[in-house]
Amino acid sequence: MSQSSVEIWTIIVLLGIGTFLIRFSFLGMIGERPLPDWLLRHLRYTPVAVLPALVAPMVVWPQATGGEPDPARMLAALATLGVGHVTKNVLAAIGAGAVTLYGMLFVLG
Amino acid sequence: MSASIVRSAYWTGVRHGAPFVLVIMPFGLLFGVVGTEAGLNIAEVLGFSILVIAGAAQFTAVQLMVDQAPTVLVLVTALAVNLRMAMYSAALTPHLGAAPLWQRALAAYFLVDQTFALAQARFESRPEMSLRERLAYYAGSITPVCPMWYVATLVGALAGQAIPPEFALDFAVPITFLAMVAPALRTLAHVAAAATSVGVALTLAFLPYQAGVLIAGLVAMMVGAQVELRMGNRE
Repeated sequence: MSQSSVEIWTIIVLLGIGTFLIRFSFLGMIGERPLPDWLLRHLRYTPVAVLPALVAPMVVWPQATGGEPDPARMLAALATLGVGHVTKNVLAAIGAGAVTLYGMLFVLG
Repeated sequence: MSASIVRSAYWTGVRHGAPFVLVIMPFGLLFGVVGTEAGLNIAEVLGFSILVIAGAAQFTAVQLMVDQAPTVLVLVTALAVNLRMAMYSAALTPHLGAAPLWQRALAAYFLVDQTFALAQARFESRPEMSLRERLAYYAGSITPVCPMWYVATLVGALAGQAIPPEFALDFAVPITFLAMVAPALRTLAHVAAAATSVGVALTLAFLPYQAGVLIAGLVAMMVGAQVELRMGNRE
């Protein structure tokens, strides 16, 4: 990393302010006014719409393998999804993913 | 409103937030390690976690800084990753909008994926909760999650280079996000939204600055809403 200390802190502080303003946007401005139904209907799907998009490229083209698809990581992702869906338990899902990942990395070398 | 009801809402939030400690810990450790290895000092790594307090955006920013991207590009890309939080903010507004400004500002600072997912689920399933109960529950869910983010980041930065790559900590991020999504796939509309999200994100992965993630998120939300309209919101 070749940035100077000033550049690094500029990024940290501006990213902090910008992120806060995004989080504060509706909570800060709108207050008690109710949001329309169509907007709420879309917002209901925010987590399942955004998080898979963030994750999918990391699963299919992991940086740790230089972007090469990796069966261990692929299976770990499937195990996480499967166990999470069946048990509805976040921790069980993470456990299943971690065990599968380490198991497959051990088996496949 | 008795104080004991509010207190009990707070402790329910703490209990619901507690399991995420095991999620936040590796995630924060990982950021500390990655940031240190990228060349940040401990104050800078901690600065990220305290001022930004958004894992995915922090990883994005550090990655781009290592790639020598110009400052403006680093900021725009990392903020784009955080745009989903505008939707979280809007989704919580019907539930917390009546609170005083300083409380809304505080709630906004702590609005992370985990606390949002918990609060949204709780407030929707219990519309009878009072504003004070909601704020107490929200504060409770933050209590184990956010301080652990700072502590884990610090430990990761200190441990730094000591963790060998064989531990495959890179995959803590995807596993965490997947584990949060899987239990949320309650209806056909949720499944359709998630599937759309994956398909569009992979198709548009060639786009620069994480633009594919943004587009995928918006398209997937529209698909979810449309499927819900046609099917009814069957649980």
